[in-house]
Amino acid sequence: MRGPHDLGGLPAGPVDTQPHEMTFWEKQIDALNLLLAQKGLRKVDENRRYIEMLGDDAYNTLSYYERWTAALARQLIDKGLFTQDEVDAKVVEIRGRLGEDAG
Amino acid sequence: MAEFSRGDHVRVRDDYPPGHIRTPVYVRGKEGVVQRKFGSFANPEVLALGRDGMPAKLLYEVRFRQKDLWPDYDGSDGDTLDIDIYEHWLAKI
Repeated sequence: MRGPHDLGGLPAGPVDTQPHEMTFWEKQIDALNLLLAQKGLRKVDENRRYIEMLGDDAYNTLSYYERWTAALARQLIDKGLFTQDEVDAKVVEIRGRLGEDAG
Repeated sequence: MAEFSRGDHVRVRDDYPPGHIRTPVYVRGKEGVVQRKFGSFANPEVLALGRDGMPAKLLYEVRFRQKDLWPDYDGSDGDTLDIDIYEHWLAKI
């Protein structure tokens, strides 16, 4: 089976090599990843596996750091650090705080 | 598992297991030549499961002819690609 990340030899457009500014939340995810690695809760290869398991749709739709975030959440749920229910509740709480519809 | 030396002709396993695999699909089943041995490293396929990556695996640099990798390759016959592959993905020809 070929994962969505394994693109070698497939038709593709040009690669955008322009550097881009990181947003604050992207920096937060980067920092979170480093902290979790320091605490032995995360390995690069493990994170890669979770990113590759997101499925073709999610992999091709999400941005780079959105993939990292989705994979990390799944990984930490599997490790028992928190539950999917807790993530869902937190999302509702934050949407409420930001004044969005909790849909 | 047999160790390989520089110049050994090898074939990459034509296998598609689940999990985190560092051997790209486009070299699986292809024939190449060992260039050098980098040493042994924790196995990323095992690290990816949250474990320690042991037993460690030897990592080799293997050279492929571009014409062997891409059926429609229209560059020079001499064009090659060097890629790092772990020992358990290689068999001596």
